[in-house]
Amino acid sequence: MATNARPQQQLAVWNDPQAVPYLTIDRVTKKFGDFVAVNDVSLKIYKRELFCLLGGSGCGKTTLLRMLAGFEAPSSGKIFIDGVDMTNIPPYERPVNMMFQSYALFPHMTVEQNVAFGLKQDGIAKDEIRTRVDDMLGLVKLSQFAKRKPHQLSGGQRQRVALARSLVKRPKLLLLDEPLGALDKKLREHTQFELVNLQEQLGVTFVVVTHDQEEAMTLSTRIGVMNLGEIIQVGTPKDIYEYPNSKFVAEFIGNVNMFEGRLIEDEPDHVRIESAELESTIYVDHGVSSAPDAVVSAAIRPEKISISVAPPEQNDNVVRGIVKEIAYMGDMSIYLVQLASGKIVRVTQPNAYRHADASITWDQTVYLSWHASSPVVLSE
Amino acid sequence: MSARAESPRRHRHSAGVQLILDYLQRLPPYRWTQSRLVRWGFTGRSAVIAVPYFWLLLFFLVPFIIVLKIAFSEARIGIPPYQPLLTWLDGGVAQLQVNFATFRMLFEDSLYWKAYLNSIKVAAVSTVLCLLIGYPMAYAIARAQSTWRHILLMMVILPFWTSFLLRVYAWIGILKNNGLINNLLMWTGIIDEPIVMLQTDFAIYVGIVYSYLPFMILPLYSNLEKMDLTLLEAAADLGCRPFKAFVTITLPLSMSGIIAGSMLVFIPAVGEFVIPELLGPSDSLMIGKVLWNVFFTKRDWPAACAVAIALLLLLVIPIVLLQRAQNAEAKGSHK
Repeated sequence: MATNARPQQQLAVWNDPQAVPYLTIDRVTKKFGDFVAVNDVSLKIYKRELFCLLGGSGCGKTTLLRMLAGFEAPSSGKIFIDGVDMTNIPPYERPVNMMFQSYALFPHMTVEQNVAFGLKQDGIAKDEIRTRVDDMLGLVKLSQFAKRKPHQLSGGQRQRVALARSLVKRPKLLLLDEPLGALDKKLREHTQFELVNLQEQLGVTFVVVTHDQEEAMTLSTRIGVMNLGEIIQVGTPKDIYEYPNSKFVAEFIGNVNMFEGRLIEDEPDHVRIESAELESTIYVDHGVSSAPDAVVSAAIRPEKISISVAPPEQNDNVVRGIVKEIAYMGDMSIYLVQLASGKIVRVTQPNAYRHADASITWDQTVYLSWHASSPVVLSE
Repeated sequence: MSARAESPRRHRHSAGVQLILDYLQRLPPYRWTQSRLVRWGFTGRSAVIAVPYFWLLLFFLVPFIIVLKIAFSEARIGIPPYQPLLTWLDGGVAQLQVNFATFRMLFEDSLYWKAYLNSIKVAAVSTVLCLLIGYPMAYAIARAQSTWRHILLMMVILPFWTSFLLRVYAWIGILKNNGLINNLLMWTGIIDEPIVMLQTDFAIYVGIVYSYLPFMILPLYSNLEKMDLTLLEAAADLGCRPFKAFVTITLPLSMSGIIAGSMLVFIPAVGEFVIPELLGPSDSLMIGKVLWNVFFTKRDWPAACAVAIALLLLLVIPIVLLQRAQNAEAKGSHK
């Protein structure tokens, strides 16, 4: 999992009740005929944030973004940018720019003309246009390609032209629709960090739509996970990963082992879950707000489970299983371990030194254990 | 098909055919023929390409040379009504008689160059009118919902199912003094006297624009339909109002469609004969009509052929220019 690229930043404004949101989405719904694409979404996004809307295809994230740009009108609800009601303002009058997934560069114009296009619409003096375009092309390292047409550029260069074109007007809000989707993996990782640096340098508020959870984790200050037109959870990448609020979020972000069970001990400082899938009970060292005897799921991330040949020295949170599959990934290994109940548990171990995995082979009996703080108890 | 094309496709043949082919390929004449054919550039691919060239040679170049030959001969009364270019004298000596007088006449007789100029004017105005009417129609069809799009496109093509001649005749009934339009206007009391429309230049324009409009709409439609609409969203997003976006994005990107449509209207309109004959004034100076008169009334074949060749040259120049513009356009906007 990628680490967060920015220092745990700018003290989390979203936790400050006094802070004034820069972008407010107030109970916005969008229907296409009978189909509800965006269902009663409310969001507050603050200045200088890099907010990611994350979800699978058809979850409504792009529709929400297009409503921010003004290409779609909400069926109900309101959108405020910097305190101004934008709900019925046409796209060409919004202080918002968008970077399109296809880049949508004008094929008959040079790089320079593409970037200058937005400034020309505002009737800015020619000299100023030239300096601003030159500065922007320098910033995205495209100065020597200024006279080229888009079809003479590589995918990565086109992406930077699109970025330059959408940033040159200094928008209050920059919307990015799958900004890195068309790039190959190596270039994507490199560009992610460039994008974050650029955003911090210019201080523009970004709203990014992506289906790539790794991209969302790397880029964002906060993530809004969407499913079926609704926002399921909003939080920092760490919140979303470590404290998912639902089975959907836990399973959508990263990999997770999900154990169905029943609360048999429910104390303020700990709970105990009995699961038919495990031989032992799951002991969790924090309380949960759930009715006793309720059916719950305990979610445990694969990297938080230890695998060992010898039985570990702990009584709780230990199960035995047989190694069914080993995948050597280089930086880590993935083990699929089958428990007595038939349940397959996914475990990942970093290969911190060479031959770290040498002692574990196929069909070997191993012990899986985890710390009592690791499981997340989910009721829905 | 050349010999070479057969060898890599071995597995396609049945066993018996294969045996014979294998045997044949071992024989020296086969190899000799094959190597010769390849050396002369005669491969399977070139055979396919040769078909359209052969077609053009047979049905365009050969007739053109015949016409050119007649244009340089002298007119006479007889069958055929021109002197042969090449005559055999006694003793096997060939005599070539080339007559440039006909071409000189084209420049000297004002009838001809006035007819050329008028034809070009009529064709150019008609092309512009077709563009002005056809562009919005093509745009509307390209942006219509897909179910409607097919119906609208069908309606553009529908007139082709009726004979061109009949459709032009029908315009006589619409335009004449006691025709559809005049009767309607008189009945509603807007006019007291019929407006003379038939046998005017106006009627020629109506006929040409009506007849050639589909040729403008279809290439424009296919161009506009392919356009990436997110470009217009991007323009709007950058602060461009819809009309300005049309002028700065849609119009330049549809230039190749405009050029193709204009060529398809302008070229046949210059040489148009039927429409000015049926709808225009009897003294209308259109080069197609002049050609008809010279050929059938005056029976001056060399003059008629010279007129045709001058017309061809007159058309080739704008075609080459437009083609060059289109190529430059394609190079510029090629993705």
